Amino acid sequence: MPTIPKAGGAKRRPKSISSERWNLRLYVAGQTPRSLAALANLRRICEAHMAGRYEIEVVDLIENPRLAAGDQIVAIPTLVRKLPPPLKKIIGDLANEDRVLVGLDLRKE
Amino acid sequence: MPAVKKRGSHNSVSAGELPGIAKCPTGVQGLDDILGGGLPRGRPTLVAGAAGCGKTLLAMEFIIRGIRQFGEPGAFMAFEEDEKELIQNVASLGFDLPALMRRKQLAVDYVRVERSEIQETGEYDLEGLFVRLNSMIEQVGAKRVVLDSLEALFAGLENEAILRAELRRLFRWLKDKGVTAIITGEQGSNQLTRHGLEEYVSDCVLFLDHRIHNQVGTRRLRVVKYRGSAHGTNEYPTMIDQHGLSVLPVTSLGLDYAVEKERISSGIPRLDTMLGGEGYYRGSSILVSGSAGTGKTSLAATFADAACRRGERCLFVAYEESPRQIVRNMASIGLNLGRWERKGLLAFRAARSTLYGLEQHLVSIHKAVEEFDPAVAVIDPITTMRSVGNEGEIQIMLTRVVDLLKRKGITGLFTSLSETGWSEHSDAGISSLMDTWILLRNVESGSERNRLLFILKSRGMSHSNQVREFVLTERGIQLTDLYTGQGKVLTGSARMIQEAQDKAQEIVERDKTAQRRRELEQAQRRLQAQVNDLMAQLELLEEERERLKQREKARTDADATDRECIARVCGAD
Repeated sequence: MPTIPKAGGAKRRPKSISSERWNLRLYVAGQTPRSLAALANLRRICEAHMAGRYEIEVVDLIENPRLAAGDQIVAIPTLVRKLPPPLKKIIGDLANEDRVLVGLDLRKE
Repeated sequence: MPAVKKRGSHNSVSAGELPGIAKCPTGVQGLDDILGGGLPRGRPTLVAGAAGCGKTLLAMEFIIRGIRQFGEPGAFMAFEEDEKELIQNVASLGFDLPALMRRKQLAVDYVRVERSEIQETGEYDLEGLFVRLNSMIEQVGAKRVVLDSLEALFAGLENEAILRAELRRLFRWLKDKGVTAIITGEQGSNQLTRHGLEEYVSDCVLFLDHRIHNQVGTRRLRVVKYRGSAHGTNEYPTMIDQHGLSVLPVTSLGLDYAVEKERISSGIPRLDTMLGGEGYYRGSSILVSGSAGTGKTSLAATFADAACRRGERCLFVAYEESPRQIVRNMASIGLNLGRWERKGLLAFRAARSTLYGLEQHLVSIHKAVEEFDPAVAVIDPITTMRSVGNEGEIQIMLTRVVDLLKRKGITGLFTSLSETGWSEHSDAGISSLMDTWILLRNVESGSERNRLLFILKSRGMSHSNQVREFVLTERGIQLTDLYTGQGKVLTGSARMIQEAQDKAQEIVERDKTAQRRRELEQAQRRLQAQVNDLMAQLELLEEERERLKQREKARTDADATDRECIARVCGAD
């Protein structure tokens, strides 16, 4: 697993959250309704809160089962916030937008 | 179902097993005997128990022995220890996980679920876990799977409803995969596992227990259920040592062992004589009881020495003295045990009785017997176990030891330290297990203590009813007759004094006789001399008389001549 650069993002984030790059990875297992819903929910949230500053990578474990161990994936779907650090995991179909925003540190609980 | 490769000796399925339940031998010493051959093949088994009771070790042994002994690859999914920790933890047992992983026989995956890192935002399932498990199984072609322990999921995930539904799906999935699985679970307060995993695993449940009694820990294993198979229902003593886990089965014990007619020497010729002239029966159990310092260990060591002299192997289990100390001490009675040890005929197993519980002592004896395969075993002393168990428990343990030795045809000598004084009663419980019971006793007399030896019983032989004095000399143990003259029983120096007195008396008597004889001879000689003297006088008298007679005759003759001459001269008329 590549090491996450720590110095930059973590310190800058509280001041200029709007200028950060978002690197998100969504783990799914096949084209199930739940994973399709999760992807749709994720796109919607990203467009609303970080338009133009995000990147979504979808990993299908049916095709790449070995990738599950790297990010310690147990539940499906799992959204992993690779950047900005620290690493965050959000599981479920992302239907509850408030909780997604809390999970992504975009909103305090 | 693929045929099981029968490489180990543990995978024998006992007779009377229901058909239909295929068994998957664990290879764990003793466990397969209890399980009637092994775990249910192709089904999950729950191993429950408190922290530190050996669940992970049992699961790991199941996988590793599966690979080594039965050629079945395995997958180990760890939730509590990472790969590195697992490798280190079992390396001390001689299990080289990295080598097995390189050979594609073992797959290990560490699953970490950290609640603080995870935000739940709606519906999900545990497909990720399934994918990882499946990937491992396919990677090595696993036939055996371990999940250690699923309870971690309950700590990491919030939605218990989803979790429970997914676990149900997981166990079904494992069955469909046809893998034999072990799932471990932490002991709960009022159920078998904290989160009720037993609800999902209905085929076989094992429970491991580690309890402390008198500050001594004891491990036990129990088969809570085993659907469709006969199994032992007891709590079985279990031990973890440098070779892994072992369970001591008791169900296989019975009273159907072969009996020997052969006799073996006790190492003391006179004791053999007392035992019907030939010594102990081979394969019998001998109890030597006596109070402190009566020579129990010496008797045991003499027996061990005799076995080694015959070229037989002897196992000496010592609970009170270190092997070095025994070897040194026995040198003082002329036994060189060190050389037998060097030759590999004598093996010591020494441990303080309080080191671990009765069961573990039992298991360690069991293992020592399995490893060393002795013809003769000495356990010195069994009574030291009182510190870790009560009388009843000791008796159960000894029954198991006796059964073990008898089944293997091993002659066992047990020493028992009785409390001070006369105490046939204290050993009465265990004595019924024994074939021969020798009692050593101290008797105090004339400001000294001496040792006596009795044979209280010896099954199947006409043994002596005599009491013998038991003397430890630098040339070994000597049995001596007691002094029983003049209506007294004497031992030790009293016996020797009495014997010396008797001897002196005899000498005096003998001297007197000789003197009298000399006197008589003298008198006889004196008389004879007198007789000789008288005879000489008689001879003299005889000679005198003869001479007188001659002289008289001469005179008579002369007179006659004279008269003739006169007549002639006179010309008488």
